[in-house]
Amino acid sequence: MAQTFAEKILAKKAGLSHTVPGQIVEITPDVALSHDNTAPIYGIFQEMGGRRVFDPEMHAIFIDHAAPAPTTKHAENHRVIRQVVAEQGIENFFDVGRGICHQVLVEEGLALPGEVVLGSDSHTPHAGVMGAFAAGIGRSEMASIWAVGSLWLRVPESMKITVEGQFQPGVTAKDLALKVIGDLGADGALYISVEWHGEAIRAMSLSQRAVLPNMMAEMGAKNSFVPPDEKVIAFLDGRARRPFELVLPDEDAVYAQSHTYAAGDIEPMIACPHTVDNVRPLSQVAGTRAHQAFLGTCTNGRLEDLAAAAEILKGRNVAPGTRLVVIPASSQVYLDALKAGYIEIFIEAGAAVESPGCGPCMGNHMGVPAVGEVSVSTANRNFRGRMGTKESDVYLASPAVVAATAVAGEITHPKDL
Amino acid sequence: MSMIRGRVWKYGDNVNTDVIFPGKYTYTVSDPKEMPQYALEDLDPRFAKEMLPGDVIVGGTNWGCGSSREQAVMCLSEAKLGAIVAKSFARIYYRNCLNNALPALTCPEAVDAIQNGETIEIDLSAGEIRCAAGIFDFPPLPEAVMDIFEAGGLIEYTRQKLDADKRG
Repeated sequence: MAQTFAEKILAKKAGLSHTVPGQIVEITPDVALSHDNTAPIYGIFQEMGGRRVFDPEMHAIFIDHAAPAPTTKHAENHRVIRQVVAEQGIENFFDVGRGICHQVLVEEGLALPGEVVLGSDSHTPHAGVMGAFAAGIGRSEMASIWAVGSLWLRVPESMKITVEGQFQPGVTAKDLALKVIGDLGADGALYISVEWHGEAIRAMSLSQRAVLPNMMAEMGAKNSFVPPDEKVIAFLDGRARRPFELVLPDEDAVYAQSHTYAAGDIEPMIACPHTVDNVRPLSQVAGTRAHQAFLGTCTNGRLEDLAAAAEILKGRNVAPGTRLVVIPASSQVYLDALKAGYIEIFIEAGAAVESPGCGPCMGNHMGVPAVGEVSVSTANRNFRGRMGTKESDVYLASPAVVAATAVAGEITHPKDL
Repeated sequence: MSMIRGRVWKYGDNVNTDVIFPGKYTYTVSDPKEMPQYALEDLDPRFAKEMLPGDVIVGGTNWGCGSSREQAVMCLSEAKLGAIVAKSFARIYYRNCLNNALPALTCPEAVDAIQNGETIEIDLSAGEIRCAAGIFDFPPLPEAVMDIFEAGGLIEYTRQKLDADKRG
């Protein structure tokens, strides 16, 4: 029986020959990801009567959402997490400074093809870039996994997005993701497994590909999958923490929806306030005054993203009246960017470079906007109030556009500098 | 439990978790009892002050999209909201509702018919919503998750499961 990726992997994990959409299966995940919310999860775990976690090796715990701690209250939260990690003998723990959970999970060889990652974070689908089935869950659900080791999942319907041809120079995976979200809407893939196929996807670097499953959370997807190929295998060589086995969809699998895009037709896109599906071609909003440009996050804070921004910022300055905040997604990215000379370029251009983590993405610290200000960001979410105050506007775009906007002080396409 | 009666607070499509429970409180407000005062803060400041136990939120499509934060459900379940009726729910939000034993009912026809501020009745066991415009049926909860709901939420459900395992 021909199966999609989601149907096949959930069948495999549940010990069944096949599954169909709508079926409920009980799954033991290979990875249980949690971050700064680990302390409250532990509280729920105790309330459930839990003492020892079901399997300490399953856990991957990160401190990234407000790190280093901006307030004593946050610091207390971090302290509890370190205590839990020590008590429960959890080895895969990544403290302040290591970086954003989704990026670090991939770097550490903990996101593997053919595995299931469940995370108490909505951008958990990110790990689909390595060919894993990765879905976000709630805190109580994570606590229940800590206690009993498994969780119910509904087998999702699947959507196949095929992208053929080649992108024009300067057009990135971010523009593709925004284009698709704008076309299909914020609920365009509600409860659905979104698969990415076609030569334009195969041609992308892993860094570019990661943007796609990362952003499918904004279309309501349960998980999103990029078929793992030789690039993934090469990346995992010497890095994978466990032996793994690829799970690929069958050629003749049945999809609830299929969409095809021509890469060459896609132009630079931007998501306008206050929803991620309020997407327009960049040209329509060029010239909008920007007070802050933010380069970073799990969506676009990797080396390739910093390189694209550095290319634009080299020998230029951030416009007077505009701030540029740069936050590498991980300590590895930071170190590589330092060696490549990008950090020097950012600082010389007048940027504030902060330590790896989520930063101001959800309004915690390190560059939240003032009332009435406009931010242009490489992040994945621009809801009202997202960056701290509901009286501010957030636009979402690619790293090159954010860098060009910092230089011009208004939303700008790099070619117009 | 199976009968809910309360006043309707009606909102639109794609109401996201940042306006239901702002991100800036996610690591500073940890006591569930403190959560209701921030409910819908950036959407409708009147809600937290005026809602009464049993009241019902009526939303459009994709209610609760965005973050996985469970506080966006707990700030309502702690306040003893009766139910949320929507055209559709964001996936993690829907799971969080069931896991906190807050009825999340999908019924597009009822959403179109119900007026803001009216008092409605929901019969969970009969699968009916009764409002001024008439009676609307909603599909029952998936059977596989009814056990969690009936235990009073996932915490209680897992506690019972752990106890059963211990007894062997």
